[in-house]
Amino acid sequence: MLYTRCLVRFTAIFTSGLLLLWSMAAVAESGWLQLNMPRGVTSVSREVYDLHMLILWICVAIGVVVFGVMFYSMYFHRKSRGVEPAKFHESTKVEVVWTLIPLFILVGMAIPATKTLIKMEDIGDTEMTVKITGYQWRWHYEYLGKDIGFFSSMSTPREQVYNLAEKNPDYILEVDNPLVLPVDTRIRLLTTAADVIHSWWVPELGWKRDAIPGFINDNWTLIEEPGIYRGVCAELCGRDHAYMPIVLHAVSKEEFAEWVQQQQQPSTALSAAD
Amino acid sequence: MAATTHDVHDGHGEHHHGPAKGLGRWLFTTNHKDIGTLYLLFSLLMFLIGGSMALIIRAELFQPGLQLVDPHFFNQMTTMHALIMVFGAVMPAFVGLANWMLPMMIGAPDMALPRMNNWSFWILPFAFTMLLSTLFMPGGGPASGWTLYPPLVLQTGDAFPFVILAIHLMGISSIMGAINVIATIFNMRAPGMTLMRMPLFVWTWLITAFLLIAVMPVFAGAVTMLLTDKYFATSFFNPAGGGDPVLFQHIFWFFGHPEVYIMILPAFGVVSQIIPTFARKPLFGYHSMVYATAAIAFLSFIVWGHHMFTVGMPLTAELFFMYATMLIAVPTGVKVFNWVATMWRGAMTFETPMLFSIAFVILFTIGGFSGLMLAIAPADFQYHDTYFVVAHFHYVLVPGAVFSIMAAVYYWLPKWTGHMYNERLSRIHFWLSVIGVNILFFPQHFLGLAGMPRRVPDYALQFTEWNMVSSIGAFIYGISQLLFVYIVIQTIRAGDKATDQVWEGARGLEWTVPSPAPYHTFDTPPKISATNAHG
Repeated sequence: MLYTRCLVRFTAIFTSGLLLLWSMAAVAESGWLQLNMPRGVTSVSREVYDLHMLILWICVAIGVVVFGVMFYSMYFHRKSRGVEPAKFHESTKVEVVWTLIPLFILVGMAIPATKTLIKMEDIGDTEMTVKITGYQWRWHYEYLGKDIGFFSSMSTPREQVYNLAEKNPDYILEVDNPLVLPVDTRIRLLTTAADVIHSWWVPELGWKRDAIPGFINDNWTLIEEPGIYRGVCAELCGRDHAYMPIVLHAVSKEEFAEWVQQQQQPSTALSAAD
Repeated sequence: MAATTHDVHDGHGEHHHGPAKGLGRWLFTTNHKDIGTLYLLFSLLMFLIGGSMALIIRAELFQPGLQLVDPHFFNQMTTMHALIMVFGAVMPAFVGLANWMLPMMIGAPDMALPRMNNWSFWILPFAFTMLLSTLFMPGGGPASGWTLYPPLVLQTGDAFPFVILAIHLMGISSIMGAINVIATIFNMRAPGMTLMRMPLFVWTWLITAFLLIAVMPVFAGAVTMLLTDKYFATSFFNPAGGGDPVLFQHIFWFFGHPEVYIMILPAFGVVSQIIPTFARKPLFGYHSMVYATAAIAFLSFIVWGHHMFTVGMPLTAELFFMYATMLIAVPTGVKVFNWVATMWRGAMTFETPMLFSIAFVILFTIGGFSGLMLAIAPADFQYHDTYFVVAHFHYVLVPGAVFSIMAAVYYWLPKWTGHMYNERLSRIHFWLSVIGVNILFFPQHFLGLAGMPRRVPDYALQFTEWNMVSSIGAFIYGISQLLFVYIVIQTIRAGDKATDQVWEGARGLEWTVPSPAPYHTFDTPPKISATNAHG
């Protein structure tokens, strides 16, 4: 009797624990927790993230105060409580105050924003240059001065798009030839386009920049951590706009040198960047 | 002899003749109330059509992968949804409200230019029939987004010239409507109705009308240049011929930013009428409300670059547009604080117009917060062209502009029809709308921040969950608008008799005339006093 009861209780606790673990794992694996901007892997992306969080919290604080006053008023100043409406309709003093306070808050936001913006726009001395060209609907990467250039197209099979096959974990974020870049290197990235306007965006780098026919836009990055970073075309560019992903392999300087050599050998050039 | 009698009779009878009979009444009417009704009904129809397109978009986005539509058709849906909602639903709704209310609010017998009024309305059904017909043309309708950026927009098929012409017609209609508003306000005010005694809805519309006249021709110029680029071998925007695709974006957004304020300033006006009524307390800071509206209108002309931070402008331009955009938060903040101060120590009741107005203040402010975040140029490099932007502008346009229109309809419908609407049903409509709209748009902030670009029919797997939530919200919100249609029809046909005053706390000339408002009001100018005008 006791034994059975113990067993039942144990099973109950065990299964509920399992269920809890399973649901937590399910939540962690699913998109429910995808709520915020990534911190990214460059000093710029982290500055942008901090700026974003700063402004967000300032907005939340202002919202709590303003909506708090509103809800207080809606609760206490309602006719059903038998209140008599006040008659006032003007006060230069408070109006000046609530014009000036936001102004000061804005100045407080503008200072760090200006600093980050100046840093982002300062290309400085870069060690290598990659020219990125947008096409409908794939990217072309050209390593200037290295005699390396290749197209990078989505490799997710169409069957997955049309729900005829199980979707890969990196569904529509996979390419045949990824962009390979070294870490700890200040890299200049030029963006342009061959047909319509595209926009090259890897969130982990902290920015996107339009690729515009007839224009060459100047950008820079310095990736601090090796890894695989995925991005997308962010400017509507026609039918397959959703299907021109970006995959960036950030590798150590040594691995990059090796990769460059491989690319430059004509025999392996065909199977570029595997 | 007979003719003379007839003439005399006509001249004499003008004060109390009613509307013409049959279809002719609506086709040939020059009556501001009839034209207002036409505008509002047209806007409602477009709201439902544009809304159906939004539901097609949300249905496709319920799951990753392509289930229902082809990507090209999806792009047509996003483009048409925007064009129809902006030019067919929101703008005509405000023109309809202006037609109905401006003459009654300033004590005028009608709009200043009644025949042009008829024409500016009747252009619209043709413009939108033409625009919608492009969906059935070879190559489909426009699929480049409502921003019509070249070179992509030049890939549009046979529909292209029809789209441009439809835009021209909408522009002509808007400009005529704006001229009429300005002429009416400047020339038709009852004696004693000085500018600073005008209701705020009149003020915001006056300023909106100037914005319309300033920017619609700019838009017309931009789309005409697109047309000649495509058919007459010009190269305004074609780099191969020495043109500049970014030039189009500058021109478009010089129009586009004031355009978004064209859609929100009258909403400010509506809310500034309704909150004092139900707080039973005069609007706080009337003068600062007027100046803030003017300040927002002025600033709207010098912030267009914030839509283009990612095109690669020089640093100084980015800084200028960032600071100017942030500055808009100041007059907008003044408005929100004034509304809250109007509610403060009032004696509030929460009829449906007030519920929609309060939701407007809160949810528009949330849209304002995300707008402030988007103004920060370095952060915008991450936000730009993501669902964060989609969430932002839908917060200011749906629970912003659209909620204010709903509030206005519930507020003035008893005056228009002479019947009270069904308060219980309209509250259900409110709660379904406000819950639906937040389930629909709030998760889009998460999606955008987590990296989902806008204008895509398909997305990576990590965005599945919040897209599902958003789509569910879309259907709750969308379907509950049918309840609105039902309530409006029910109120037109029957309902409790409305009093002339309608709302206990309402002030203004429109409440001094009977409900329903007679076909002709203020044949002789009313006497303006402190109880029926501001100040």
